[in-house]
Amino acid sequence: MSEIYLTKQKLPALVTQWMERYRVFGPVFKGQYHDYALLGEATELDLNFQNTRLSPKGLFHPHSEKMFDFTLDKDSPEAGILKEVPKDGSPRIIVGIRPCDARAFQLDDRNFITDQFKDPWWAQRRQNTTLVGLACNNPCSTCFCTSTGTGPFDTAGLDAMLVDLGEGYLLQAVTDKGTELVEKLPAGEPVPANAAAAVASLRKAAEERLGVQFDLGPVKTRSMNELFEAPFWDEVQFACINCGTCTYLCPTCWCFDIQDEVYQDKGERIRIWDSCMFPLFTLHGAGHNPRSQKLQRVRQRFMHKLKYYPDKYSCGIACVGCGRCVQQCPVNIDIRRVARLMSESCICAV
Amino acid sequence: MWNYTEKIREAAERLLAENRVDVVIGFRKGTLPLMNEPYLARSVDQVKQLYWDGNCGINLANYLPKRPDRVAIVAKGCDSRNIVVHLQENQIQREQLYILGAPCHGMLDRRKILADLKGREPLRVDETDGSVKVVGRDFEETLDRSSYLQENCGICLHRNPVIYDELLGDLVAEQTDVDRYQDVRQVEGKDAEQRWQYFEDLIAPCLRCYACRNACPLCYCPTCFVDEARPQWVGKSLDRTDTRTFHFLRAFHVAGRCTDCGACERACPVGIKVRQFTKKMEKDIKDLYGYEVGVKLEERPPLDTYKPGDPEPFFK
Repeated sequence: MSEIYLTKQKLPALVTQWMERYRVFGPVFKGQYHDYALLGEATELDLNFQNTRLSPKGLFHPHSEKMFDFTLDKDSPEAGILKEVPKDGSPRIIVGIRPCDARAFQLDDRNFITDQFKDPWWAQRRQNTTLVGLACNNPCSTCFCTSTGTGPFDTAGLDAMLVDLGEGYLLQAVTDKGTELVEKLPAGEPVPANAAAAVASLRKAAEERLGVQFDLGPVKTRSMNELFEAPFWDEVQFACINCGTCTYLCPTCWCFDIQDEVYQDKGERIRIWDSCMFPLFTLHGAGHNPRSQKLQRVRQRFMHKLKYYPDKYSCGIACVGCGRCVQQCPVNIDIRRVARLMSESCICAV
Repeated sequence: MWNYTEKIREAAERLLAENRVDVVIGFRKGTLPLMNEPYLARSVDQVKQLYWDGNCGINLANYLPKRPDRVAIVAKGCDSRNIVVHLQENQIQREQLYILGAPCHGMLDRRKILADLKGREPLRVDETDGSVKVVGRDFEETLDRSSYLQENCGICLHRNPVIYDELLGDLVAEQTDVDRYQDVRQVEGKDAEQRWQYFEDLIAPCLRCYACRNACPLCYCPTCFVDEARPQWVGKSLDRTDTRTFHFLRAFHVAGRCTDCGACERACPVGIKVRQFTKKMEKDIKDLYGYEVGVKLEERPPLDTYKPGDPEPFFK
């Protein structure tokens, strides 16, 4: 696949060029943290970050999305008919996405695009988006991508990847979409002779720094019921305050609620992020709540990511090790610790 | 010395061994620098996990409401005031509690330290009485501890627990000459339009994750008004009216009950200064009724009682 090299000063010009044909999103510094946003100017793009506070999932699965609108006006011939709210399906680029976050979208695809069902908005956005990643030279101490089946230079979820080589970036195409993007550019500067070696050494350093922080191998073979009943959940759950921070920041938490909001005779059907940490998440219309206790909710989140999902889809765990939940949990519940509890407690089952 | 780790372990072991309590609520050392995890010790063999340093800013009173057992709890000044509020509101009974009072020197503001490190990540943090040494991959910095306290700790007037069964250390000197409401007066000084904009900007990044509410010891309602479904009072999207309604109503709901413990601000994943709402309420309660929340157990809160002298400016 093709690759080009460009000095850092030339990046804004490249982005500007993309902006003529695409809507371009990327990390922007917003006072306290970096967040993905539509770029108005190429200079807003700020690649000097370790990890964004929120994952980029909102660009595919917005917190609050209007799906349909309707009228309840009885005199209208369209009374009570749900009409799809038009979405902008024009092509877009997300530049500066981390390999872990891009990989997360592939895990989410398993939920939104199945043999039976296809979420039209998720699928459309996946299709019209080109992901230009930024390899992770300097992972956070809270990162553990290498323990989850991805890595700081993993191109699996990307269409193209930028590698920061100090003075400039190497832009490597990964997929056809990425190749199209790279090849349409005027030739950059010549790729430095040592680029491949530099990339390899950056990758090695980043991977070594991350190490392998847990091994979920034993969890695969252990019975679900046994893990479900494990005594350590009681200890894990105590501190949890059941807020939605971990789920809302997580790139692989896709759960949503659907609500109708009506004002006078106009209404909208909205899809809104939901969280398995909230008691309301599982409250039945009849009043019964199968997960009325905090322990049940805390267990659900970890079991879903580390046991149910891998058992169901056989494509690894539903976590990419971005570490956002570790960094931002107000009470320091650390998924790495829970993963170790889940696997270590398995060893004694011999 | 304000590192109470050994004293907490000793007390916890004694209380559990003597069967004075069923559980001990404290902290254990966090998995990250500048973070600790609330921890429940159920047995003597677990007490060695208990830990204390300047990163115990979470309000442990949050874990008390409706507990059926006998609980020993480590309480800083603010936690102890929230325990008083819980007792006044019948969330727990005094006989169930054994309060390990922790005279407090203020808790560290993790976000402020991280912000000032400008992206450099702390890997180890060593605290002494006056300073905080932060060590990262390729840097080391010593910070003046008093400049990196949580904002509410910097203006705290009750660092000593107001109620306790046992003290973990000597009482500390209370701060005097503190202007608690400088920021509130600034907001009060704005005209209506500016004030509106100020609050709009303040809550703009809100995700409705409810970390502020859930970290708050006062928010123990079985069903919060934002979670009511029949009828649904508040929409769940990021519609600004709904987000506003959540923050405004919550602030009013904690009026006369909030101790300014800072748990809400500490918990917010997007750094909203949630206390800008609650502090105004706190100031009003003080101005109108001369009442400080959670200081005297026997004094009923002004909003749940009536006194002939109560201000009634709304009667015209």
